[in-house]
Amino acid sequence: MSGPTSEPDGAAGDRRILEVQGLTKYFDITKGLLRRVVGHVRAVDDVDLYVNAGETLAIVGESGSGKTTLGRMIVRAIEPTRGQIQLRTNGAGGSDWTDLTRLRGDELRATRRHFHMIFQDPYSSLDPRMRVMDIVTEPLIYNKVADGAEARQIARETLRLVGMADRHMQRYPHAFSGGQRQRIGIARSLVCNPKLIVCDEAVSALDVSIQAQILNLLKDLQERLHLSYVFIAHDLAVVEYIAHRVAVMYVGKVVELSETREVFRRPLHPYTEALLSAMPAPEPNRQRARIVLKGEPANPADPPSGCYFHPRCSYATDHCVRETPPLREVTPGRYAACHYAETLELKGMSGAAERQTA
Amino acid sequence: MTDGDQPSGPKPNRLEVQGLKTYFFLDEGILKAVDGIDLTVGDQETIGIIGESGSGKSVMARSLLRLVTRPGEIVKGNVILRRKDGGVIDVLALAPGADQLRRIRGNDIAMVFQEPISAFSPVHTIGAQISEMVALHTDLKKHDVRTYVVDLLRRVGISNPGQRFDEYPHQLSGGMRQRAMIAMALSCRPKIVLADEPTTALDVTIQAQILELMKELQQSEDMSVIYITHDLAVVAETTDRVYVMYLGRVVESTTTERLFANPLHPYTRKLLGSIPHPGRHTHRLEVIEGSVPTPIDPPAQCAFVGRCPSAMPGVCDQAVPALTEIEPGHFVRCYLHSEEREPEDEWTNI
Repeated sequence: MSGPTSEPDGAAGDRRILEVQGLTKYFDITKGLLRRVVGHVRAVDDVDLYVNAGETLAIVGESGSGKTTLGRMIVRAIEPTRGQIQLRTNGAGGSDWTDLTRLRGDELRATRRHFHMIFQDPYSSLDPRMRVMDIVTEPLIYNKVADGAEARQIARETLRLVGMADRHMQRYPHAFSGGQRQRIGIARSLVCNPKLIVCDEAVSALDVSIQAQILNLLKDLQERLHLSYVFIAHDLAVVEYIAHRVAVMYVGKVVELSETREVFRRPLHPYTEALLSAMPAPEPNRQRARIVLKGEPANPADPPSGCYFHPRCSYATDHCVRETPPLREVTPGRYAACHYAETLELKGMSGAAERQTA
Repeated sequence: MTDGDQPSGPKPNRLEVQGLKTYFFLDEGILKAVDGIDLTVGDQETIGIIGESGSGKSVMARSLLRLVTRPGEIVKGNVILRRKDGGVIDVLALAPGADQLRRIRGNDIAMVFQEPISAFSPVHTIGAQISEMVALHTDLKKHDVRTYVVDLLRRVGISNPGQRFDEYPHQLSGGMRQRAMIAMALSCRPKIVLADEPTTALDVTIQAQILELMKELQQSEDMSVIYITHDLAVVAETTDRVYVMYLGRVVESTTTERLFANPLHPYTRKLLGSIPHPGRHTHRLEVIEGSVPTPIDPPAQCAFVGRCPSAMPGVCDQAVPALTEIEPGHFVRCYLHSEEREPEDEWTNI
């Protein structure tokens, strides 16, 4: 299969920092007293993708699409059923590829400093009984990067970097607003100088004005520190703002993967088209024919035959019912899992600027 | 779609809120969650109330139905409602336990909440909960109630409604639960629906379904809808008129079209600049410095003064500006546009 990671060692491979191949997570469905396995929820099903250094890859999809499970597997919070997660621990161009899925115990612990996660809820993700300074120094000590005065110095610099004042550092999380807490969470994930940060709905719980502060901060930090983000989100407007490339997931599978601009301008998969069409825009009087998808996402424990999207797809044919379309390169750098990706003329968000005159 | 305000039409507005104040009397001081709100809702009109957390929008909505509990208290104001039978009453003048009040809730004004899972009881079936509402407000026979509710579930787009009737809330998906919530809200054919963040917890494709459904029902059932949300995009797409709330007060109100084309209050402008506009390739979002302050014993000044890029020292921090009509139907509370000050009353300096 000519997936998006087919040439890891090619010229393009040099910029890559993360490569995910065939990553799969099946959760068992058990029944009865003996917890007999009667089926599987295919939360993430054979996903291939890569992230370049200094790049943001967004993963979008509805609830149940597996995007959070995917993100958690990348940071090794969930054990994958199979597949590989290759991380280049010495930066782009280096040769130290580590397969995170093979690491156990101390080895894994020694690698953890290279990747980190920012969580959605800034209220429950910080320990209320720890001071800000301790929250941020903890990863340094845990990962044996630094301790004592040195750790505090690094933590102080990191907290300043995210816009926290020195006088805040001895306080407890409850003294801060949601936006400031999220800054503390970001400082905590940055403090070990990781290569990769997985942001799981990192701005979804914030008010719009605060959301803008955090999005701008993430962009600034990326430029200054050459960070890579895996940005898991359901808000497409935010994704368009922050991401370089987008992977669209549907029922555990990546159905489209391209540059953000391309995805928004002319999607290749009917599901992407429907998602874009459903996205409300902050412009009144916008004339458009909205595609309102019927029904709900397929059940990942009992997916439909063929293309998982066919029951909701207005372009589906008999072929789609019978055969599962693989994710394939439709035009250079653009991947889609649809039999008719070449022939369908799908609508994107183009013309968003002209609409105002209408 | 209706144009702008029509405060003095031949028929009174369906709902008119005048000078509503809801305060919370806390140990730390008086939290002025809603501090003087006026708004009108016309027939079949869709109103948007935008605000960030802490703006008082949800407390305002609860005040309309008298659902504020201690230490909160509605201290002042009128909520003039034209009822289904044409009678006009002030909801706030009714006694707390009055029969009439109970008949207004659900029957004249219904509410759709953000979290349907916590709005439904987990131990009763969806059908039983909606039927209870219907039985309370109508005199249908038991068998007819079931037929009526099943039909209602079908109308809000729940597939297989006969079976869903006997299911429990946890057996339904988020979108289905929100539909059931809407079915419950509509069960007594209210003329006003208060929807507090009705789609915030839902996925975009489901959100599109729900908003579409609300639009259809609004026309077929002759309803007015009040959307309370922080989502500017939803407001832009669904409402006729908008009220922007900040710290318990309306800072700007006009038609949705005018608001997005020509926002006048610095807060509204900043708010519109702080969201990504799809298809426009913004390079940098605007940022409102700081965060919404807590309105405990607020000083007599413009609430936005601390975060405002155009704040005028010696002016904005002297008194609360009044909400003034700058152009027909476009109200702004800002000294950049008018020097008028908010008149004081017995609650201003307590």
